[in-house]
Amino acid sequence: MNIYVLMKRTFDTEEKIVIEDGRIDEEGAEFIINPYDEYAIEEAIQLRDEHGGEITVVTIGGEDAEKQLRTALAMGADKSVLINVEDDVEESDQFTTVKILEAFFEDKEYDMILAGNVAIDQASGQIGPRLAESLDIPCVTTITNLEVDGDKAKIERDVEGDVEKIEVSTPVLVTCQQGLNEPRYPSLPGIMKAKKKPLEELELDDLDLDEDDVEPKTKTIDVFLPPEKEAGKILEGEIDDQVNELVGLLRNEAKVI
Amino acid sequence: MAKSTSEELDLIRSSVRSLCEKFPESYWRETDENKAYPEEFIQALTDEGWLSVLIPEEYGGAGLGMVEAGAILEEINRSGGNAGAGHAQMYTMGAILRHGSENQKQRYLPKIASGELRLQAFGITEPTAGSDTTSIETTAELKGDRYIVNGQKIWTSRAEYSDLMLLLARTTPKDQVKKKTDGLSLFILDMQDQKDNITIRPIDTMINHATTEVFFENVEIPVENLVGVEGKGFKQVLSGMNAERILISSESIGDGLYFVDKSVQYANEREVFNRPIGQNQGVQFPIAESYMDIEAAKLMRNKAAEMFDEGENCGAEANMAKYLASEATWKAANAAMTTYGGYGFATEYNIERKFREARLFIVAPITNNLVVSYVGQHVLGLPRSF
Ligand SMILES: Cc1cc2nc3c(=O)[nH]c(=O)nc-3n(C[C@H](O)[C@H](O)[C@H](O)COP(=O)(O)OP(=O)(O)OC[C@H]3O[C@@H](n4cnc5c(N)ncnc54)[C@H](O)[C@@H]3O)c2cc1C
Ligand SMILES: Cc1cc2nc3c(=O)[nH]c(=O)nc-3n(C[C@H](O)[C@H](O)[C@H](O)COP(=O)(O)OP(=O)(O)OC[C@H]3O[C@@H](n4cnc5c(N)ncnc54)[C@H](O)[C@@H]3O)c2cc1C
Repeated sequence: MNIYVLMKRTFDTEEKIVIEDGRIDEEGAEFIINPYDEYAIEEAIQLRDEHGGEITVVTIGGEDAEKQLRTALAMGADKSVLINVEDDVEESDQFTTVKILEAFFEDKEYDMILAGNVAIDQASGQIGPRLAESLDIPCVTTITNLEVDGDKAKIERDVEGDVEKIEVSTPVLVTCQQGLNEPRYPSLPGIMKAKKKPLEELELDDLDLDEDDVEPKTKTIDVFLPPEKEAGKILEGEIDDQVNELVGLLRNEAKVI
Repeated sequence: MAKSTSEELDLIRSSVRSLCEKFPESYWRETDENKAYPEEFIQALTDEGWLSVLIPEEYGGAGLGMVEAGAILEEINRSGGNAGAGHAQMYTMGAILRHGSENQKQRYLPKIASGELRLQAFGITEPTAGSDTTSIETTAELKGDRYIVNGQKIWTSRAEYSDLMLLLARTTPKDQVKKKTDGLSLFILDMQDQKDNITIRPIDTMINHATTEVFFENVEIPVENLVGVEGKGFKQVLSGMNAERILISSESIGDGLYFVDKSVQYANEREVFNRPIGQNQGVQFPIAESYMDIEAAKLMRNKAAEMFDEGENCGAEANMAKYLASEATWKAANAAMTTYGGYGFATEYNIERKFREARLFIVAPITNNLVVSYVGQHVLGLPRSF
């Protein structure tokens, strides 16, 4: 099976994030593989181990993303591709990303493309479905179980807590959700093997794209942190009084009802 | 030997941290309480290849060096764990690797790498000789094609959890050699094979270290299990001791950083007199001071590890790293005890367990007094005191 995984390097939202001049300050941030993409990598490894084939992990980013690609290789992926846009792309949005990936996949053969359900940084959740649309293949989002049998895939997906069962033909693009699997971390032999696995680097030129072709369709006006969480309030007294007070607060102070 | 980039070293550290997350402090508290060998943890370390980090690739290991091995052990101890249960499986084989015959390497290293054979017992210390290693009295006498071993070792850790023992014994009496360091030889003892001639008695200690007394009565070792040259065993163990000291200092640094991590967290959270206790300099300063000492010790450890990996003689650096790390960590251990107040005594908080464990490295594998005398006499050229 020819398996591709879309992977993004993101900052760790569990660490402190600093915003400077409308951009996230990369200096102090910790970078990781987007956690949902880890499910995709793990699922790809399990598929490959069961059905044979090869896994290629693809990322769009700069030199720094090599670290996350090496991690994916150490986990067990076979090949990796860095589409390095550091010098060419100043501003980007989901359109940019999909346009580049579309060009990348143009001459590729694939049975399965796995992506994260969403990237925890910008959280648009658009890349998977939009790419499937432009490649004209089926797409199933937020999957929690996957079984491949010949050119059919049986999939379970999470729909707001319920389970939907779907059968599709391959090639298919799926986006992975929590609960799909337990991503592994690299073992020492895995890390050693990754040293020898290929890491291919491409630029826009190699994909016959110009900067203009991938110009974003949206404009970011502002980036800001959510307001700091304030201390909670504990209501006291008789239950009836507490309920009255709570309703009053929700109406007058929080203005939500 | 392969070298790691800083990215690969980061990946090694984060992978070991992920493995350790599966063995939380409650696991270590229980094994400590029951004096149980942490078999599941050691199995996981083995299965994921961490204990064969120093074995060359051709024999089934990763073929990395002290820098990587130190990082692995440091992370284990920083997570709250106790790498002592498995560290010797990493480095005891170094004697075979550096001084053994090709036949011995083929016979043992692949099986040690896979974990099929455990070589994690190292019998040097004896009750009467103590720190004076050349005065050991266990003898190995050549009779035909085997050595016959009689005598006694003490503090032989993990003997009950090891298939093989690396054994240092006298092959020529001390009064018949020119230099007192001559006449000692190094052997691979198959304890399974000789179990009827070996008696192992566990020693109950203040830590969970599976340490024992071992008695040898006409134990047989075939000549092909002599490591290196007969009579040169002492010299041969020295390079292994440098490795051991670098790795022990790494574990100690891991302990030290554990104490600092824990102290910082607790000092920020615990409020008495309407303020976090960390706001008081009496609490804050000891933590910051020990942190500086640990960071400095880390530099010496790094230097020793890099020298070892380059094949340079790092005797002074390895010993100094072991001294600096264990002293800095002992300071951090006491800072943690101070920070935790009464709760430092409660087993539930794990500080008292780590406190007991951290104390070992001031004594073993060599006491800090002996390190100081080594530096005074061998590095600085001061008069010999013994
Ligand atoms: C938990 C544990 C595990 C161990 N595991 C192993 C193992 O696996 N294999 C093994 O071979 N050994 C092991 N050891 C033994 C350890 O290496 C020895 O305990 C250590 O070398 C000290 O020897 P000793 O205990 O006989 O102390 P002694 O030699 O009796 O020393 C007692 C004290 O006197 C000091 N002293 C002695 N001579 C001098 C001097 N000339 N100048 C200044 N001070 C001096 C020492 O520094 C020390 O403080 C272990 C020990 C412990 C506690
Ligand atoms: C074995 C044991 C038996 C005990 N028996 C009893 C008993 O029988 N009865 C009883 O009532 N209690 C008992 N105690 C409790 C003991 O008195 C307290 O542990 C001790 O008073 C410290 O309080 P704490 O543990 O809450 O530490 P904390 O008050 O949290 O202090 C933590 C650390 O912060 C430091 N600190 C706090 N405030 C300041 C400040 N302003 N300036 C500088 N440093 C500061 C403290 O010195 C300490 O090092 C016992 C404790 C133990 C361990």
